[in-house]
Amino acid sequence: MQVVVVGNGMVGHHFVSRLRALDPHVGITVIGAEPRPAYDRVHLSELFAGRTPEDLALATLANYARIDVSVSLGTPVSAVDPAAATVTLEGGRSVRYDRLVLATGSYPFVPPVEGANAPGCFVYRTIEDLDQIRAAAAGARVGVVVGGGLLGLECASALRHLGLETHVVEFAPGLMTAQLDPGGSDMLRRRIEALDVRVHTDKVTERIRRGDGGRLCMAFADGGELAADLVVFSAGIRPNDRIAADAGIAVGPRGGIVVDEHGRTSAADVYAIGECALYDGRIFGLVAPGYRMAEAAAGHLAGRPAPFHGSDMSTKLKMLGVDVGAVGDGHGRAEGSLTYTFCDPKKQIYKRLNVSADGQSLLGAVLVGDCVDYDTLLQYYLNGLTLPEAPEALILPQVDGQVARALPAGALPDTATVCSCHNVSKGRIVAVVEGGCRTVADVRGETAASTGCGGCASLLKSVVETELAARGIELDRSLCEHFLFTRRELFHICQVEQLRTFDALLHRHGRGRGCDVCKPAVASILASLWNDYVLEPPHRGLQDTNDRFLANLQKDGTYSVVPRVPAGEITPEKLIVLGQVAKRYDLYTKITGGQRIDLFGAELHQLPTIWRELVDAGFETGHAYGKALRTVKSCVGNTWCRYGVQDSVGMAILIENRYKGLRSPHKLKLAVSGCTRECAEAQSKDVGVIATEHGWNLYVCGNGGMRPRHADLFATDLDDDTLIRYIDRFLMFYVRTADRLQRTSVWLENLEGGLDYLREVVIDDRLGIAAELETQMAHVVGTYRCEWKATLEDPERLRAFRPFVNGDDRDDGVVFVRERGQKRPATPAERLARISVRAVDAMAADTAAVDPAAVAEDVR
Amino acid sequence: MRADVAPLRVDAMSNSAGAPAARLVCAISDLVPGAGVGARLGETQVALFHLPEETPAVYAIGNHDPIGGANVLSRGIVGDLGGELVVASPLYKQHFSLVTGRCLEDDAVAVPVFRVLVSDGYVYLVP
Ligand code: SRM
Ligand SMILES: Cc1cc2nc3c(=O)[nH]c(=O)nc-3n(C[C@H](O)[C@H](O)[C@H](O)COP(=O)(O)OP(=O)(O)OC[C@H]3O[C@@H](n4cnc5c(N)ncnc54)[C@H](O)[C@@H]3O)c2cc1C
Ligand code: SF4
Ligand code: FES
Repeated sequence: MQVVVVGNGMVGHHFVSRLRALDPHVGITVIGAEPRPAYDRVHLSELFAGRTPEDLALATLANYARIDVSVSLGTPVSAVDPAAATVTLEGGRSVRYDRLVLATGSYPFVPPVEGANAPGCFVYRTIEDLDQIRAAAAGARVGVVVGGGLLGLECASALRHLGLETHVVEFAPGLMTAQLDPGGSDMLRRRIEALDVRVHTDKVTERIRRGDGGRLCMAFADGGELAADLVVFSAGIRPNDRIAADAGIAVGPRGGIVVDEHGRTSAADVYAIGECALYDGRIFGLVAPGYRMAEAAAGHLAGRPAPFHGSDMSTKLKMLGVDVGAVGDGHGRAEGSLTYTFCDPKKQIYKRLNVSADGQSLLGAVLVGDCVDYDTLLQYYLNGLTLPEAPEALILPQVDGQVARALPAGALPDTATVCSCHNVSKGRIVAVVEGGCRTVADVRGETAASTGCGGCASLLKSVVETELAARGIELDRSLCEHFLFTRRELFHICQVEQLRTFDALLHRHGRGRGCDVCKPAVASILASLWNDYVLEPPHRGLQDTNDRFLANLQKDGTYSVVPRVPAGEITPEKLIVLGQVAKRYDLYTKITGGQRIDLFGAELHQLPTIWRELVDAGFETGHAYGKALRTVKSCVGNTWCRYGVQDSVGMAILIENRYKGLRSPHKLKLAVSGCTRECAEAQSKDVGVIATEHGWNLYVCGNGGMRPRHADLFATDLDDDTLIRYIDRFLMFYVRTADRLQRTSVWLENLEGGLDYLREVVIDDRLGIAAELETQMAHVVGTYRCEWKATLEDPERLRAFRPFVNGDDRDDGVVFVRERGQKRPATPAERLARISVRAVDAMAADTAAVDPAAVAEDVR
Repeated sequence: MRADVAPLRVDAMSNSAGAPAARLVCAISDLVPGAGVGARLGETQVALFHLPEETPAVYAIGNHDPIGGANVLSRGIVGDLGGELVVASPLYKQHFSLVTGRCLEDDAVAVPVFRVLVSDGYVYLVP
């Protein structure tokens, strides 16, 4: 059997993977009009926040080939002939089918405005659309979005991100009127205007013409005008149903291919799914219902029906940083329904509940400015749970503490949908926990829950934890056998009880003698809190060898030396000193990946003398050995670069000098770029800063390394002071709450409430701790001392660098050979050879290196 | 070098059967409480650990890490696992018992253990 799928969008792709999973043998051919295979349209706007088209890809040609799917891209189907069971592509090629699936999605509706197709006018639907908008924005100042719905506002957010003065023009009296009632819509408008987006409602655009200096001029029905450099139409979508209608397949009066619960159209063997399909008189303009339709059609084709009976259209999103949630019917249209509203004009929060006449069930809700209650309300709505006696309590602010009213996970019925992106019910989660999953990560891997939009993450976590608890399974979160606490708890204990040594902590809250897990972890907590010199006698034995000798241990027992080179900027004089020191001590020299220089092969006893020379020349320790701030990479910035818009080197130096010496749960890497070309790769750093015309964009929680993570955009267009303040708070909050050896990326992924919560803590100060975090950071900054300088000042401390307590000789196990003009550690074979050579001619303590070739001779 | 000024009481440490005499290594104040130091015993490298709260308070094992292949055990962190005193190799973190020398992660691996005598503030090793 040959199945032909027309349209390779999100839903068409989901159909293909689902059908292939159900039936490994059926022939599948995909015909798509776009030049590339399916991609994640939902996250399209992220192309403006640094993602690439590859990041958004859902499918690749190689992948399709692997699952035996033939693909034709770049040419649309122009006609369907159900009688002959063929489709014809533009250009004339035709393809026969046994079953046909139309997944053609929709196109952006452009209102009939004169001049709407002039250059400078765009729509917002594909990667190509965004490329064009980006190019047009380069020289532009004013951008206008026509349409104040969900997509229009997303598009406005993108234009603002591109640095344009942004206007939204809406012909209705309010924003997002499809989802929000007038009260919610009003509050949204107030919030958005506060963000400097100008909103014009009740405005009908009549004409767009070329105005002065080649700019566009929009003329409105009320006589007003608005000059713009670019205009984006986002006034709704229309189903791509023409090829179906032309073939005599039934379409709805206002468009949409009519389908039944299996996705079948009026023509035999023809299905339609996704945004082009009309079920029960409705188009479902969201991806989750589209996926359900794809599953229904695939199931029907493969003889395993999974009928689609409509879908919930509740949404939760962040528009220009404003939380908006809409559950069920927000307008309260049902006969006799009761309405509760709450409005806080100062905090700009609006909430509304629509409750059935008997007060028993939730019909709908609107949330603007605060979405904490969304998950709970959605569960009441979806599962028809009986509302509490006083339903208003669900939206009224609580005087003490937050989220206490969240529905206990145990109260959810097994049929409750926890993850709507992947259609995972609570029952399924219970089943996999039954089946042995013991962590949220396990459950996520097993069910795919929370791997879509991520909106269900906290609900998933509480369901999993409740289920584990119900089975008496304890989540073991203790640091090691000596402390039954997490790092975060230990941090808190040390802070509250003012504990300054490991022994004091162990004595009061631990057992045994400690180990190589808890000792360095506690040492790091103490250093973050009190910033005492790390080699003080009570702390010395806690440190990993790297911290204990302030250098990085290498495989042969020698150490590397990495002086700090803030932001990678270095004078020729200092560069020469590094060269001279490297030469004098015969150190292997390499430029690191962190814009500085590493000198390898120093023996323990040489470290103090090497550092003496470096400190005298003005160098400081680079903390390459510590779980601490490593480097702040920079690009050259506007001082030299013709594209730079801020002094990225200056800012990177300021940041590196501010946070140097900060001990943290894991290492910290930062970077500052001078413009969006991002030569410093800031979006792969724990903290990334990118210059804009107006200030700095702040990114957080990126990671290179073994599991790269693209940093998240945290705040935009900050001035210098605000930038530093946010970084202070962000870093200190991480230092306080992360687990041992948890980079910021993993920390964020495990942080309940995720990025939004982090913003609330750092920017809105929801926990009321911002001042304390800043004070704590000020203490660390104020008490900074170069550890090497401090070590060199005290001869007692230097004694620790003797390899042997009873002799001054060097470790004769260390053997070097030369390669490419520098030394390197000998391999085991080379070392053996070297030792036997020495035995033969007793050339004893000579440190001169041997030529490996010569050594090889000797072995024989 | 502190060891040079030590009083010569080594003979008191050998037994009547003529077993090898203990060798003076250093003063106890040369050791680092709660951590290790390297020491020489002829050609052999030893890791000495001073744990003031334990009895005995000084332990000695070979300094060579047989897994990492370098002379580094004196630079590891000491502690206990399930009550057994151990040092963690600073290279790849395997644990070696300070009492038996066995590697807790790999039964087939062990390091030598040396007898330690402490007398009058000085540390002696029995080869
Ligand atoms: C020297 C250097 C490689 C080089 O020759 O360029 C290096 C060397 C080491 N890296 Fe690295 N990393 C170096 C840049 C990087 C970078 C690039 C960067 O910083 O821009 C990365 C990826 C970026 C990131 O971390 O997000 C990097 C990701 C890692 C990782 C993986 C971290 C992760 O989160 O996945 C480790 C392992 C770990 O930390 O657990 C690691 C661990 C190490 C260790 C500490 C491994 C070890 O225990 O011996 C190496 C010892 C350094 C030494 O002896 O001085 N190194 N390492 C670079 C020193 C930079 C500096 O100036 O301080
Ligand atoms: C900016 C933006 C943000 C969004 N945000 C969200 C969100 O947060 N949540 C959410 O649920 N939804 C969101 N959506 C909507 C979501 O993207 C759609 O619901 C989803 O993409 C629909 O998938 P589809 O496969 O039906 O249609 P599409 O993804 O549009 O795919 C249809 C494909 O068919 C091709 N095609 C059309 N006609 C033909 C033809 N004749 N021959 C061959 N190929 C053809 C098209 O070129 C297209 O590639 C967003 C959409 C946009 C544009
Ligand atoms: S990021 Fe921008 S300013 Fe910096 S070097 Fe690259 S192009 Fe120049
Ligand atoms: S609801 Fe979107 S990932 Fe679960």
